[in-house]
Amino acid sequence: MNMAKGRFDNLKGWLYLLPAILFLGAFLVYPLIDVFIYSFEEGYNFTSQTYYGVGLYNYSYVLHDPYFLQAVKNTFILVIITVPLSTGLALLISVALHSITRFRNLLQTIYFLPYVTNTLAVGLVFMILFKKTAYSDGMINLLINFFGGSSIDFIDGPYWAKMLVLCIYTIWVVMPFKILILTGALASVNEDYYKAARVDGTSKFRIFRKITLPMISPMIFYLVITGFIGAFKAYSDVVALFGTDLNAAEMNTIVGYVYDMLYGDSGGYPSYASAAAIILFVIILTITCINLLVSGRRAQR
Amino acid sequence: MMESSVDFSKAERLEKARARVFGVVKGVFLALWALIVLFPFYWMVLTSVKSYSAYSSEYIPKFFTLTPTLQNYADAFTEVPLARYLANTLIFAVVTTALMLVVITLAAFAFARLQFRGKNLVFVFFLSLMMIPNELVIITNFVTITNLNLRNSYAGLILPSVTSVFYIYLLKENFEQIPDSLYYAAKVDGTSDFKYLWKVMLPISKPTLTTVTILKVIECWNSYVWPRLITDDQNYYLVSNGIQEIRENGFGRENIPAMMAAVVVISVPLIVLFLIFRKQIMAGVSRGGLKA
Repeated sequence: MNMAKGRFDNLKGWLYLLPAILFLGAFLVYPLIDVFIYSFEEGYNFTSQTYYGVGLYNYSYVLHDPYFLQAVKNTFILVIITVPLSTGLALLISVALHSITRFRNLLQTIYFLPYVTNTLAVGLVFMILFKKTAYSDGMINLLINFFGGSSIDFIDGPYWAKMLVLCIYTIWVVMPFKILILTGALASVNEDYYKAARVDGTSKFRIFRKITLPMISPMIFYLVITGFIGAFKAYSDVVALFGTDLNAAEMNTIVGYVYDMLYGDSGGYPSYASAAAIILFVIILTITCINLLVSGRRAQR
Repeated sequence: MMESSVDFSKAERLEKARARVFGVVKGVFLALWALIVLFPFYWMVLTSVKSYSAYSSEYIPKFFTLTPTLQNYADAFTEVPLARYLANTLIFAVVTTALMLVVITLAAFAFARLQFRGKNLVFVFFLSLMMIPNELVIITNFVTITNLNLRNSYAGLILPSVTSVFYIYLLKENFEQIPDSLYYAAKVDGTSDFKYLWKVMLPISKPTLTTVTILKVIECWNSYVWPRLITDDQNYYLVSNGIQEIRENGFGRENIPAMMAAVVVISVPLIVLFLIFRKQIMAGVSRGGLKA
């Protein structure tokens, strides 16, 4: 009797889990294994679903593809520029926001807005602000002209102009999350530390450097790591600015390369796509490990 | 003695002045960032109410318009299937979120309340799945859905995104805070597990369920990559794909005011949702973050 009941309880637990297990198995676990298999199958044909060999050719193809190298270069530039800038800027804004009382709620709400907007839709607005067309130089060029510069086509123009817009838009998009996390972290620092420091007559900057910064540094590292991961996976904001033909615009990212290999006019190569996706995740994993190592060593000191 | 006290008040005044300057700099800085955040929204609304001819004739864009028109909104709904995109996205968001709520509730209940062999092992396995990035599994999912002939269908759009390990985890934590005594009391009364889940646990967990629902709806509303891979028939486009299609083929590429009208229509629902559920959304995002 008791045994039977125990068995029934076991079964019931699994029954409740069944839907989740089925979905996760079909769309998360199986694909994860499969992507490695694809990446080693050489000459895979999408329509006949056949291949003629197993090996590293897909990786070698991807690593020698100039489009992939361009995508890697773009992605790295984007990461190196936007992660430190957005984190630093978010820190400044959060500290300033934390020190005021009036308008704080209003500003917090405003600062969060980009998070709840459609990346594709607002990207279109950025494109229009920066774009130079036959009938208008656009809003940003107007500003540049006002300060004495000459107009630049940021959307179809020189490489660095395009990269600049992409970095600006990326920072605009990622700021809400960082400000939210950092204001939360600042609010959770115990007031007593500040009071003690103030009694001792410590300067504001010193308080910030010696108390605030160490207290919130775990959150800063969290933001740096998630920032790196997010920026390495950049894609839809790039599409929003430069359209879907990113290779022609010289603005493709690694994720964009993966999808181009999979789908569209250049698509039909899941093997190349898989190899590129795995390379991306080796890169992300390496950078994350380095980050963790550095933060671990810092914490020890 | 006298002199030192003068010095002291002077230093105090200097300190006050410095604090005031610092305060002003801080205020300007915060206001400037607010301006940078809001300006694109202002520009999109402004452009959407300018008439096409007015917009095209402004070599130097104007910062306001004295003759606003709603013609662009009419165009957005008649010249491109914007209503269709909105309806698709709504169906996609509602069905995906509803299915997900069922799946995660059952799983969270099993983890939080039921006793069965292998529970802890499965839970750890679930947690480890959180680390799998979408980009890695999307390739096979694309092939799977294509082979099942589910491209250009709601099922193909919805199926891969009805589970979220993170939300299972969030809900399980919430369920575990409900005191055990309630459960045993219900057991004594002869209440079945399912009825207990439905009548007791779900009502208590309503705040968490609301947060999860809103976050999922936002995620659905903004999803772009998967729908793009899985649909090439305009009848199944979601708003993100729709806006990209409008940009590349709709209205003729130059009709920017009409494009901006479409952008406003797509952005407004989320902004309204955000303003209503501001607290839940911000609290939910700071616990997990979906775009991170």
